[in-house]
Amino acid sequence: MLVYLIKRILAVIPVMLIVAVIVFLMLRLTPGDPAAIIAGDAATSADIDLIREKLGLERSLIEQFVLWIGNMLGGDFGESFYYKRSVTSMISDRIWPTLALATFTIVIACVVAVPLGTLAAYKQGSWLDRTVMGMSVLGFSVPVFVIGYVLIYVFAVKLDWFPVQGYQPIADGFGGFIYRLILPSSALSVIFIALIARMTRTSVLEVLNEDYIRTARAKGLSETKVMTRHALRNAAVPIVTVIGIAIAVLISGVVVTESVFVIPGLGTLTIDAIQGRDYPTVQGLIMLFSFVYVLINLVIDVIYSLLDPRIRY
Amino acid sequence: MRKFSRRGLLGTAALAITLSLGLGGGTTSAQAESVLRVNMHSDLKIVDPIWTTAYMSRNYGYMVYDTLFGMNSKGEIKMQMVESMEVSDDGKLYDFKLRSGMTFHDGAPVTGDDVVASLTRWGAKDAMGQLLMTFVTDMTGSDGDGFQIKLSKPTGLVVQALGKPSSNVPFIMPASVAATPPGDQITDYTGSGPFVFLEDEWKPGDKAEFAKFEAYKPRSEPNDGLAGGKVVHVDKVVWKVIRDAQTKMNALSKGEIDVIESPSHDLLPLMEADENIKLVDLNPFGNQYTFRPNALHPPFNNPKVLEALLYAFNQEDFVQSTVGSDKYYKLCKAMFICGTPLASEAGFEDKFESNYAKARELIAESGYDGTPVLIMHPTDLAILGNLVPVAKQHMEAIGLNVEMVAMDWQTLVGRRNKRELPADGGWNAFITSWNSVDNASPLSTPMLNAACDKALFGWPCNDKIQELRMEFANEADASKHLAIVEKIQMEASKNPTHIHLGQWYSPAAMGANISGAPVSPVVAFWGYKKDE
Repeated sequence: MLVYLIKRILAVIPVMLIVAVIVFLMLRLTPGDPAAIIAGDAATSADIDLIREKLGLERSLIEQFVLWIGNMLGGDFGESFYYKRSVTSMISDRIWPTLALATFTIVIACVVAVPLGTLAAYKQGSWLDRTVMGMSVLGFSVPVFVIGYVLIYVFAVKLDWFPVQGYQPIADGFGGFIYRLILPSSALSVIFIALIARMTRTSVLEVLNEDYIRTARAKGLSETKVMTRHALRNAAVPIVTVIGIAIAVLISGVVVTESVFVIPGLGTLTIDAIQGRDYPTVQGLIMLFSFVYVLINLVIDVIYSLLDPRIRY
Repeated sequence: MRKFSRRGLLGTAALAITLSLGLGGGTTSAQAESVLRVNMHSDLKIVDPIWTTAYMSRNYGYMVYDTLFGMNSKGEIKMQMVESMEVSDDGKLYDFKLRSGMTFHDGAPVTGDDVVASLTRWGAKDAMGQLLMTFVTDMTGSDGDGFQIKLSKPTGLVVQALGKPSSNVPFIMPASVAATPPGDQITDYTGSGPFVFLEDEWKPGDKAEFAKFEAYKPRSEPNDGLAGGKVVHVDKVVWKVIRDAQTKMNALSKGEIDVIESPSHDLLPLMEADENIKLVDLNPFGNQYTFRPNALHPPFNNPKVLEALLYAFNQEDFVQSTVGSDKYYKLCKAMFICGTPLASEAGFEDKFESNYAKARELIAESGYDGTPVLIMHPTDLAILGNLVPVAKQHMEAIGLNVEMVAMDWQTLVGRRNKRELPADGGWNAFITSWNSVDNASPLSTPMLNAACDKALFGWPCNDKIQELRMEFANEADASKHLAIVEKIQMEASKNPTHIHLGQWYSPAAMGANISGAPVSPVVAFWGYKKDE
């Protein structure tokens, strides 16, 4: 296991290097000139050239790439073209709202979806099963911004139970922190509830026909114990995979939800940076997101072996 | 018993969480503080209003800095930091005295030296400032309240330039800050304006905060736009970034924000019907749509083709396509903005009426050979996106072969600086919008600069227009400016540098409890009162 982990961690290096090359080239090949955007509408070509020089964009691509990689190895991800702040500090400012939203969403999704999926499998073919599956299709199909608007209209505008928008850091009060996350997390969790519930149902259905389930029932275990200790645990590998992917997606930024509910997270930072051609910020963010994906994949693989002793590395 | 205990615990926890949620969500930390929460048209990105011409940086400048002169709601330039101004008989020496008692946010007095340093940095960067500096032989300050500007010859440009309301505005900074080379961004945000920028509270992409500058001494006259007493009635102004138009409206209706600077035109009818929201016209001059041809390449290097466009276009189609309601647009044939002292229709009386017959005649005379016209189409900005298909339709109606290329606005901004042929990554035309005060004078109108390579993207070359602009600058008698403007328009109607496509207005939306917003050519936050 240890050897496997070391190998996987070492494999991160070439992956990140390839990501670095791709993101660097993609940004430079994308049309648009950050210097022209910064200079504003009334700036002359001379003004734009001056800004381009200040930003180091006059250097050759290879020179820019080597400089970026070199600085990054020293822990310096560069400085935003616009805000004159380090990319690291901008990401660290914006990562907490994203983490909060992701955590809350995934908790809601798991708490709702896993029991629902399990019940649907247990009651296969019943009205409950059909309802859960029908709702999950709906959950997949309705765009998150529509769900967001409906929730805002009902619970914020009409009932006045929640604020329309905004994020409150946990340092300003735990109650307000949770209170402001309820609507966005609920909106965002719908698609993940749908996804996880379906996956749970399918996985549990597969194991319900296994011999060890029949054995568990035969030895007199209650249905609750059969479902939780034997069925769900053995069905957990694909469910964990889906949850892991969901976490990665959530941390990589959920732009629409952040925009609709005005949450200053990584999603809106990414979109702003891409629109402004803020190369250092986009590069830093993509490197972070890639690292998160790699890390989560690794964690999922480790969890596999914990859940299923047959899986060995 | 054991089960009951667990349930009891769960119930207690749920109650605790509910109470906590209620308390946490319902309280605010500083209820006594009066905070004006505003959604601006964009995020504040650059906090140096001389380094960039971006409107948000200009708006930031009006919060933090003061100006020597200010434009009022009628477009007149009035003294602001300046207490008095004396001009020598030969018109070559301007002697200024600053108002007494003005200080920077750090408590240091505002001096003539600060003014000279600020004007020097601005004059190196701003187009109108650069023009003014061609007349200036010397600027002298002092550690007191006086400063002088010496000119090589008389010009009417001094007050016009120093009172320029839009980017780049000659904001007055401390001399040590203004010593920053114009090519570098400043890092010290000390000003002497009515608000102090709270740097530590600035969260790019989320919010920017400004506290009332308690030591600010407003002028004694009533406020009028950017002129008069800038009296601040709130403790703090927060610029809150909200990207989604619907969320902005909901947040305003629920009192979570107080002002939307520029609400979406689509939502104005809904806002009009909402008793919690009022719409207020704050900018008397609005904005002006502008068609910009590229003079470097065929067919727009041919004045006949450009003149044909003046006959083919009509402003109503353009403003209708984006603004919709006639409450929010004005058809205006004057290049330099209807409602200003320089408004005139000279040269354009018979234009903008979709006279296709006349336009086709001109196209035939031009010898147009079917060269494709590449017009850049920004699809991500609602306020510009619909204009290009309208232009395409008119251009095709007169026989031009139009290729409309869709792209996002930032791609357009990068591409418009490319001088290559359209087929090699260049362009023939695009449409944009300017704050009207930018286009209210031949000297400030960026796209009227026809200095070939030194002109703005599009690079028009027109010696006559350049001579007339200089004649305007040299003319110290303001009563003669309109005649010069009319000569400029006569030339521009035959050989356009750009085509004005109508004025449009975007009322600010604000809570019903908000009052006192200044009517101003540029958004400003003094005067606002908020009934809690």
